[in-house]
Amino acid sequence: MSEDAILKLENVKKYFELKQGILSFRQPSLYVKAVDDVSFSIDKGKIFGLVGESGCGKTTIGRCISRLETITDGKIEFMGRDISGLQKKELKQFRSNMQMIFQDPYESLNPRLTVFQSVADPLTVHESGQSQGERKDAVFKALMDAGMKTPEEMIDRYPHELSGGQRQRVAIARALVVNPKFIIADEPVSMLDVSIRAGVMNLMLDLKEKYKISYVFVTHDVAIARYMSDDLGVMYLGDMVETSETDDVIMNPVHPYTRALLAAVPIPDPDYEWEDVPIAGDIPSPINLPKGCRFHPRCMYAMDICKEKLPERVEVSDGHFVNCFFAEELYASPVKTPKELGLGSLSPEYMEGELEEGEILSGQDGE
Amino acid sequence: MLLDVKNLTVNFTIKDGMVHAVENVSLQLDEGETLGLVGESGCGKTTLGYAITQLLPDNARIIGGKVMFKGKDILTPSIKKNGSLEGYQAEIRSLRWNEISMIFQGAMNAFNPVYTIGDQIDEAIRIHKDVTKEESLERIKELYDLVGIPSDRINNYPHEYSGGMRQRAMIAMALVHNPSLIIADEPTTALDVIMQRRILSEMNKIQKKFDTAMVIITHDVSVVANTADKIAVMYAGMIMEQGKIGDVFKRTSNPYTEALFAGFPNLRGERKELMSIPGDPPSLVNPPSGCHFHPRCRYAKSICQEQDPPIQQMETGQLSQCHFAKELQAGTLRREVR
Ligand SMILES: Nc1ncnc2c1ncn2[C@@H]1O[C@H](COP(=O)(O)OP(=O)(O)OP(=O)(O)O)[C@@H](O)[C@H]1O
Ligand SMILES: Nc1ncnc2c1ncn2[C@@H]1O[C@H](COP(=O)(O)OP(=O)(O)OP(=O)(O)O)[C@@H](O)[C@H]1O
Ligand code: SF4
Ligand SMILES: [Mg+2]
Ligand SMILES: [Mg+2]
Repeated sequence: MSEDAILKLENVKKYFELKQGILSFRQPSLYVKAVDDVSFSIDKGKIFGLVGESGCGKTTIGRCISRLETITDGKIEFMGRDISGLQKKELKQFRSNMQMIFQDPYESLNPRLTVFQSVADPLTVHESGQSQGERKDAVFKALMDAGMKTPEEMIDRYPHELSGGQRQRVAIARALVVNPKFIIADEPVSMLDVSIRAGVMNLMLDLKEKYKISYVFVTHDVAIARYMSDDLGVMYLGDMVETSETDDVIMNPVHPYTRALLAAVPIPDPDYEWEDVPIAGDIPSPINLPKGCRFHPRCMYAMDICKEKLPERVEVSDGHFVNCFFAEELYASPVKTPKELGLGSLSPEYMEGELEEGEILSGQDGE
Repeated sequence: MLLDVKNLTVNFTIKDGMVHAVENVSLQLDEGETLGLVGESGCGKTTLGYAITQLLPDNARIIGGKVMFKGKDILTPSIKKNGSLEGYQAEIRSLRWNEISMIFQGAMNAFNPVYTIGDQIDEAIRIHKDVTKEESLERIKELYDLVGIPSDRINNYPHEYSGGMRQRAMIAMALVHNPSLIIADEPTTALDVIMQRRILSEMNKIQKKFDTAMVIITHDVSVVANTADKIAVMYAGMIMEQGKIGDVFKRTSNPYTEALFAGFPNLRGERKELMSIPGDPPSLVNPPSGCHFHPRCRYAKSICQEQDPPIQQMETGQLSQCHFAKELQAGTLRREVR
């Protein structure tokens, strides 16, 4: 792991216990393993993109990092300090260094506060001891940094008087006003219209350059993640299956799930031929996770061992980590079929080559 | 020609005026063809779909135009004096379900939670066709096979299905009478990409098999690039550009289309800087004068503000509504500094 890491996660777990009815006291507790043994680090001034399908644990990781959730196990270090041990003053500082931006700006903007009040609010919370004039300057500067060219026209408006893009810019200004070192952006552009989305993304990239802010950028859209991030982490059901430099993951995907996910992404180019999406079935319930590798029921490469044991993290090349028993083989042969690799004995359809080109295995449906 | 929409204009009456949701729209579609209708939120895509299927709400007014289906004007006979649509018309209704069907936006959540999915599809079958319960069940099994849901799930309730399964069940429901035209309004928007691909491939196969035409409504141009034959790009109620997918993508002749495409990240190829469109989406109550896109257009000149742009036929075949369509396509159009 790099010396420059601003944030480090080591074997982080977050399990949610499900509340059960009173009659079920004899039954063992049920858990959702929302984040299970995840490790990665983020360097200063870099953006780490976190992708994966709905429910795979992206938001939960963000909430753990910002201490909105207490982790079940593992360690999170921010600027060299274990965040679980932070007290009073340090905690306050941590909270201003670590800001969050959400998918729905309504979540972070109080509808009864004006733009000025919203953006100034964290200043009060963090008691930075500024004068009125300084506060006003800080708010105006943050609004300008967030791309509002004429803040004086905006400051007296309420959230419902703003467009979606403007609301998201106010949310960004609110995060910026305390000069954070780190921003967790959870699907910040998913609800925005296409024509304003690019503007908000470019703004975040500019701020990264200008103030060396680091980000976790959560999105389910891999093309957006590619545009935004320096490094990429791919999650599947609480497991971080692959991490590396963004283009490394996209050009040389190793994990069988990453390969399927990337193959399914639509490409805005009519000449692009649809690739085969090598995956079976649907995402299983996060409560009854499959034993062994949690991807095995859908994996085209799975062998008996995948049913029995959890795969360990393998570093296939410098900084490129993959959670799969066959990571080395897959890395060495990016285009070989499971059959050519002698793998996939658990997925008979694929072994027999019954899959038509461009077809997706539908396998067993259901949850 | 299967569908021929001619100069259609639809407004909504609201308290303080009119929403100009669809303005002078013309579209054509042949049997088995797929048209991607793209544009940002609120530009009028769903309204256009509803005008074709005649499901417009009471405050909608057809100001002008026709919808020809298989050579017959299906819209004019059901327009009332004030411009709104007749509520119930047996002939139109059966046409709607038998020949034209619609997959509604947010359809995943459109099933009634208190009945099984099977019962709801059964009703859709038997309301328009005189068949026995057994025949109906056979049909449902066939459809489930087609969309890839195991038939032992027919008698489940909506909440027992995953989102992707509900969406596929909706597609099955749209197919009950083998329609010649399906209007699919954001059929995969709420789904993850793997499920999206699966559903789009299934719809594609079904279309090929039955020669079904389809209008896919979406805000995601990459979905259209990979699935449709033709594309129509809408902005503030108007179709800015339409034509064959390859022509519109590669020989773009409209500034809005160009800007829309330039704002889409691509997973493949070089990492290009994305362009954003300045300003806010337009008001449809007081749309900008002249070309509705002019306040945000990097090429806009004074004529754009003063005059409605003509619909121009390009040499490549597509239609573009812009004063400078030919210059843009030829690459000779100068950007305005503002
Ligand atoms: N407070 C909670 N109690 C119980 N389960 C929870 C809780 N919060 C999250 N989960 C579960 O943890 C898993 C991960 O959820 P999370 O919100 O992190 O996913 P996500 O990747 O952000 O998904 P999405 O893309 O849909 O936002 C899900 O199965 C979710 O239902
Ligand atoms: N019943 C109605 N009364 C008044 N205005 C309406 C009505 N239905 C829609 N509108 C308005 O008409 C315009 C077009 O709406 P429409 O639903 O067709 O947009 P859309 O392109 O489908 O958008 P989205 O992508 O968000 O679904 C919008 O400005 C909308 O607010
Ligand atoms: S090969 Fe085995 S370990 Fe690797 S992803 Fe597939 S199931 Fe998991
Ligand atoms: Mg989330
Ligand atoms: Mg719509």
